[in-house]
Amino acid sequence: MVTANPTTERVEKLAIEDLTIRYGDTVALDSASFKVFENEIFGIIGPANSGKTSFLRALNRMNEMTTGMTVDGVVRFDGTDVRDWRDVYALRSRIGVVFPLPVGLPLSIYDNVALSPRLRGIKSRAELDTIVEQCLTRAALFDEVKDRLDSLGSLLSGGQQQRLTIARALSQDPELLLLDEFSIAVDPVTTMRIEDVLKDLKQELTIVLVSNLVRQARRLADRTAFFLGGELVEVGETEALFTGEVKDSRTTDYLEGRFG
Amino acid sequence: MADRGALPDVQRRSAAWWQDKVAQGLVLIGGVSAIVLILAIFIFVAQEGLGFLLKDLDLVEFFTSPAWRPTSDEPEYGILALMAGTASVTGLAMLIAVPFSLGAAIYIGEFATGRTREVLKVLVELLAAIPSVVWGFIGLSIMNPLIIDVFDVPVGLSVLNAGVILGLMAAPIMTTIAEDALKAVPDGYREAAEALGATRWQVIFKVVLPSAKNGLVAAILLGVGRGFGETMAVLMATGHSVNIPTSPFDSVRAMTATIAAELGETAQGSPHYQVLFSIGIMLFLVTFVINMAADVFVRGGFKLKGKRK
Repeated sequence: MVTANPTTERVEKLAIEDLTIRYGDTVALDSASFKVFENEIFGIIGPANSGKTSFLRALNRMNEMTTGMTVDGVVRFDGTDVRDWRDVYALRSRIGVVFPLPVGLPLSIYDNVALSPRLRGIKSRAELDTIVEQCLTRAALFDEVKDRLDSLGSLLSGGQQQRLTIARALSQDPELLLLDEFSIAVDPVTTMRIEDVLKDLKQELTIVLVSNLVRQARRLADRTAFFLGGELVEVGETEALFTGEVKDSRTTDYLEGRFG
Repeated sequence: MADRGALPDVQRRSAAWWQDKVAQGLVLIGGVSAIVLILAIFIFVAQEGLGFLLKDLDLVEFFTSPAWRPTSDEPEYGILALMAGTASVTGLAMLIAVPFSLGAAIYIGEFATGRTREVLKVLVELLAAIPSVVWGFIGLSIMNPLIIDVFDVPVGLSVLNAGVILGLMAAPIMTTIAEDALKAVPDGYREAAEALGATRWQVIFKVVLPSAKNGLVAAILLGVGRGFGETMAVLMATGHSVNIPTSPFDSVRAMTATIAAELGETAQGSPHYQVLFSIGIMLFLVTFVINMAADVFVRGGFKLKGKRK
């Protein structure tokens, strides 16, 4: 845990070195290198097709499910290259993922959240009850669904399903939470509620937030990376980027809405 | 506003309008004719068999007597043995076909990729296209001596033979339908579960199979329907002797095979002719119920309750 001045003594959570992602011959991300520190929200912005989602997939090795997707370079998670993890499932269980479109699994609300603990082998009913209530509460959903935990998770509204997805990701007790444009199918009010949740979560875990909403990144992210067409254009303190301390003029152009 | 030129006459019907009407009409005829045909078949079968079934036939004897002697001087029309024959063969066939077809569907749908998957799918569909008489031939000329050799029994035309043949026959079509059901499960479900750290098997058992449940049950029920209705292969592989089986090595006779074998030799309108139609009605009812059940499942009539265990 970070105890001293967080801006100077930051613990490295992710180290990306020369990460190149290809689909067949097409390069989705070209030799990107940067670091993500513990207990920060790391924003990734950039227009469509910039390699943002591909980057997230490389983190928990979801690329292994996609034929033709190859990953070169190093992704160090807690100092170990993710590809050196013998047990990919253990790796994935430490990384929570929230997808752009909410995926309420066709299980009850309760079972959606209890799935991951059950996969870990937790069987005790009381323990599961606690986890489910805790995670739903942290995802700001418990009050809305506490009377119908038995009903299908896939029947909730879009915004509720997205919070259910977040609760499900939290039920993994993850160290790293990846959010991929989570607000794309969520109304502004729910978005703000989720953003508040994320700010609280930052105390306990590390968050990588991919967003195509520049202002969302500014509201949430401590540091931000700008991806453009598979190139990591710039990484820096979010406020610095927005106040013009940039090395590349394309960053300012994008942030000020001249393209993208 | 710019001048839009002459607007099309809204009162005039264009060629596209007429095309649309004609297409609607053709599709309507297609749909209605299917219903009319099935009704006509039902009426025909009912006309030939229902009167006899309700009037002349001793229903208690019909359902409970194992004696099927329609051509003797004192004819007996008991279909219990025939029903037992059909049920035993279909039951064994399902014991074989369900695990094989579900396994094959899971492999093709969840594990096989690229070339392997395409080749397997084509092969399975090819298997489904093998005519039933060919299966019967395999039962008669390959399975028969094989069973005699392996199990040291006098006759190899039996429940076992027909059950295996029928199971192999039904498996491909069940595989195809079950695989369609698995394919209908959104990839997002799989990704979400994998992202939680679930292994492939956990993804399949906890997420994919439960969400494909309706389609899988429908696949099995269609297989059962196929088993009940199959005639030629069963006729050739069962041994075709009226018998309530006590072991898999007993020869039996199926309801369908009885109709196929005997209808040509009966005088039209005779009691024997009519009782065969009564069997037809029974088969019709059974397959109708099975298909209805399959349909209900496909539509998700029994919704996942999502119960808290």
